[in-house]
Amino acid sequence: MTAGPAHQRRVLVAMSGGVDSSVAAALLAEQGHEVVGVTMKLWGGDSDSGCCSVSDVDDARRAAQALGIDHHVFNFADDFQRHVVDPYVEDHRLGRTPNPCVACNRHIKFDKLFRRADALGFDLVATGHHARLVADGHGARLVADGHGARLVADAGRAGAPVRVGRAADGAKDQSYVLHMLSQAQLRRLVLPIGGLTKAEVRARAAALGLVTAAKPDSQDVCFIHSGTGRRTFLGDRIPLAPARLVDTTGREVGHVASVELVTIGQRRGLDLGGDAERRYVVDIDRAAGVVTVGRQQDLLLTHQAVDGVSWSHEPEPGPLWFQCSAHGQPRAGRLEIGDDPSRATIAWDEPQPRVAPGQSVAFYGADDRADLVVGGGLAAAGPQRDGS
Amino acid sequence: MVHYLDNAATTPVRPSAVNVMLPLLTETYGNPSGAHRMARDANRVLDDARATMAEALGAQPGQIVFTGGGTEADALAVRGTVAARGGIPVCSAIEHHAVLDPVHHLGGRVVAVGPDGRLDLAALEEALDPSVSLVSVMLANNETGIIQPIAEAVEIVRRKAPGALFHTDAVQALCWVDVAEAAAAADLVSVSAHKFGGPKGVGVLVVRDGADPEPLLLGGGQERARRGGTQNVAGIAAMAVAAAETVAERPAALPRVAALRDRLADGIRAALPGVVETGVVGDGGPGAGRRHKTANICHLCFEGIESEALLFLLEKEDIMASAASSCASGAIDPSHVLLAMGFERDLAFGSLRLSLGYGTTEADVSAALAVVPAAVTRLRERGS
Repeated sequence: MTAGPAHQRRVLVAMSGGVDSSVAAALLAEQGHEVVGVTMKLWGGDSDSGCCSVSDVDDARRAAQALGIDHHVFNFADDFQRHVVDPYVEDHRLGRTPNPCVACNRHIKFDKLFRRADALGFDLVATGHHARLVADGHGARLVADGHGARLVADAGRAGAPVRVGRAADGAKDQSYVLHMLSQAQLRRLVLPIGGLTKAEVRARAAALGLVTAAKPDSQDVCFIHSGTGRRTFLGDRIPLAPARLVDTTGREVGHVASVELVTIGQRRGLDLGGDAERRYVVDIDRAAGVVTVGRQQDLLLTHQAVDGVSWSHEPEPGPLWFQCSAHGQPRAGRLEIGDDPSRATIAWDEPQPRVAPGQSVAFYGADDRADLVVGGGLAAAGPQRDGS
Repeated sequence: MVHYLDNAATTPVRPSAVNVMLPLLTETYGNPSGAHRMARDANRVLDDARATMAEALGAQPGQIVFTGGGTEADALAVRGTVAARGGIPVCSAIEHHAVLDPVHHLGGRVVAVGPDGRLDLAALEEALDPSVSLVSVMLANNETGIIQPIAEAVEIVRRKAPGALFHTDAVQALCWVDVAEAAAAADLVSVSAHKFGGPKGVGVLVVRDGADPEPLLLGGGQERARRGGTQNVAGIAAMAVAAAETVAERPAALPRVAALRDRLADGIRAALPGVVETGVVGDGGPGAGRRHKTANICHLCFEGIESEALLFLLEKEDIMASAASSCASGAIDPSHVLLAMGFERDLAFGSLRLSLGYGTTEADVSAALAVVPAAVTRLRERGS
């Protein structure tokens, strides 16, 4: 391959066949980088919302052709089964609430794909996530978006930690699902569209004549068919057990068909016989087959245990912001780390609803760093001091 | 300079075959089924091509059915025979999907192969009974190049299922095997033009007298009502030219290409540990150890790497090769052929097929020898 301008990098762009990653590839190509697109085939089973159907691969290939870049397909289906699908099923069996997108990012996009990119001689990997890379050092911030590859490499040389920052389009922000990235990963990552709103991304795609310009956003879990849903998917793989619904006094108020499909905090889909008051799942006892429902305030806790804690740079105990679901509001608290650095406890400033075990919790900085991811972990079932 | 080592996927069209096509598209373009002079001229071209293909394949001209390629020829043999005679089809586990998929679709049986990649004849005997109406065993495998024991298989079929027809998919064979002799006992034989220097989208099914597949395509009565649709005259004529050249050149091409392949396979194996070559007999010494392989295929499995990463690095160095079958999305799945031979899934993911052709040169082999071991080593070190 030929050497280009000094700032030119060899970038592997993960192209799902959607509009965001198509425009990500377009921006990098416009900037003169040597860009190769890759679509990961992750799931061989029946699905309609996934990123690896033949038609999605076709869309990614057509977008790459329009941009004049090479396009390849990598088959990571075995790794995806082992690291994403099997744990997803097992978590449900254990009564946990997994986030398969986080697992996929952790094991597939930012591990398997990064190692592949390294072996094939790429300097950087780009994705179409709505998030920004920010050099977070010594009071100075350098936002890397449009020219991400150059700026982040410069930040890396300057020694400032690179952070995932919230996207320009707050409604589409995906920084939450990137909370597990380390400095080693962040220094090799480019997020070209994080500085654009979704409308701007679509406008760029339309201006470039990309087939993906008007494609709807992907929804839900990519390997589960939306027609048959989670119940069928899990029911084909693990036994589903019925459970009794009781209120906080122990009075039976209904039934659920499959306790494995119930999540802490869930309100919809509970057959409570026309009860006017809003009820939430506040506790699940799988062994006894009992799901307890209560009022919203019955979910409130003063503390939340977190395990599997990782930091993008150095541990930052103390006041932080915490986001507990993909589109949830950040909540303020103080993080306490014990002897085991992988476990921590959040002391909430105000009592907060219990987080379903297995859900990802992303940590954001305090004060003027509230838009920067500093770490994250998984909500644990562990000791939780009651708020009332 | 591009080094094309994917001739088992498709071949460059021979210049003589290219040259025969243009006048058939611009001057002698009549419909061969018509009544006027231009139609008769086109039909004469078809008759000549039919005679040439019959000669190359050891058949009578009336036994040649022109099809739209190898897959259609296989489908006509398998589906057409079961439609005409009832019963169930049987095939080997290493067939091309053009045979394997219709056999599965029709509820047929699949016969195992040994670790050497050759049909397990005892298992074939086991699988046969009077309900079997068709047995399909390929002449040479498309991934490994391993030549199958056709004569022995036919003998078993005649004895155990005397009512069954025998089909052989000879799509990979014509350049390297005397198909007229090797498939002489088969009732149905498939070939595809683009594997021997002809264009894509043209093939032949040899239908011996008494074999009577139901047509897949009705209408028009072409090919003695065995395959409806106006013939691709230019493509068929080009196929015939390519076939005639291929057969004429075979005695000289075989030793030349076999020597290139041996140099390639021996060189890669000498340069790297952890390499398994498929279909090698005995200790895998040069020459004799590959007596059951077509001359053109160097098929290796590398421990500790994945084919798609290797192919990427080879392509960057202008070496065009392949791994196993590609699925519709373009992703590489582990080869059903290697799994049928008992390979571990991880090793099957690390396969590489370098397939030589009539145009392959010493320079192509030297380029591959300079690139493949280094690329495998890089991938092993980086752990892709």
